Amino acid sequence: MFAMRVKIALAEKGITDYECREENIVVSKSPLLLQMNPVHKKIPVLIHNGKPICESLIIVEYIDEVWNHTSPLLPTDPYLKSHAKFWADFVDKKMYPVQKKIWATKEESQDETKKEFIEILKTFEKELGDKCYFGGDNIGFVDIALITYYSFFRTYEYFSGLSLEAECPQLIAWAKRCLLKDSVSSSLADMDKVLEIIIEYRKIKGIA
Amino acid sequence: MGNKAMLLDFWPSPFGMRTRIALAEKGVKYEYKDEDLSNKSELLLAMNPVHKKIPVFVHNNKPVCESLIIVEYIDEVWSKDKPLLPSDPYLKAQARFWADFADKKVYESGARIWKTKGEEQEKAKKDFIENLTILVQQLGDNPYFGGDTFGYVDVAIIPFYTWFYTFEMAGNFKVEESCPKVIEWAKRCLQRESVKALPDPIKVYDFFLELKKMLGIE
Repeated sequence: MFAMRVKIALAEKGITDYECREENIVVSKSPLLLQMNPVHKKIPVLIHNGKPICESLIIVEYIDEVWNHTSPLLPTDPYLKSHAKFWADFVDKKMYPVQKKIWATKEESQDETKKEFIEILKTFEKELGDKCYFGGDNIGFVDIALITYYSFFRTYEYFSGLSLEAECPQLIAWAKRCLLKDSVSSSLADMDKVLEIIIEYRKIKGIA
Repeated sequence: MGNKAMLLDFWPSPFGMRTRIALAEKGVKYEYKDEDLSNKSELLLAMNPVHKKIPVFVHNNKPVCESLIIVEYIDEVWSKDKPLLPSDPYLKAQARFWADFADKKVYESGARIWKTKGEEQEKAKKDFIENLTILVQQLGDNPYFGGDTFGYVDVAIIPFYTWFYTFEMAGNFKVEESCPKVIEWAKRCLQRESVKALPDPIKVYDFFLELKKMLGIE
């Protein structure tokens, strides 16, 4: 989901002329990845003019700053910028660990996790309010940070038994609006494929 | 537009310390409010309803939360003097990366030292020193992570120095023995007024002992 953020950002800026190299991080990491991100050894890594930038939100911000002639992803006003960065940080600090518990653990009772998860989604709904996107009239930093989790929504429903459309209709509506944009639809992974991969992953890890 | 500034903080918090340093570096006048975290004020809950945590920088009645986000905000608003972040996007990305590393790895492993015992604690100590060593390699021959000048990454990391004594006491080790360069760098930072104003590490340790008692940890 983190690499998708970079793809969306590049697409929003109209950058199509780049090489996208898929890493098989489960089997073995390439020498290039290990050289470009020796600290975390993780993807995504954006290599621009031979220099690596790591960590998805840092990369998105970098893209926004370098290609600043079009489609701003962050507001220029310092307060509004800090507000956007706060919510993107919330996505990683809160959404990431809780959603992972839904599909990556064999919990006896998922009740607490499900409750926490819906609460987080409703928090996003509240922040979105009447806006078309978190970024206002066009997708921005927070939309990019969060929308990539949408490719896991079928996975969340499958393992939790929740109907996310019933629980958070406004958030689903927002996600569908985002998907109307080419930059998003061409970057997001297919929901059914993600579910297949997660089912395999659980078998391998003995969580099934 | 006025320029009313207030910081909701808690004196031993390394995250709060970051914001104090940034404000001092920029010479910003602000009201300081130390929170009782066992009895959070209405103001804190109103200003940070999502996380209910300090630090919160309230500028012209608008709250900014999360320490590194606050430091960047301060750098952007008071942009005339002493820039903390570089203007070059690549160098800026590098600075953000290392501040993020400080949180994800250095702070995380440091906290594990006092939270664990036995084998787990030995692993935490090993990780902590390893992470500090990786971090300090970024200094190269420069006096600061910011290069010739004290910058964003220095601001992000120097508060953890006030907790080194606590980690050392909890884990029975000395940072200076395994990573002398980080102590050298810290002492250099400590010559700055903004850093001199940080709490005494012994006071931080006393606080930690009180906290352990309160939490019933041995």
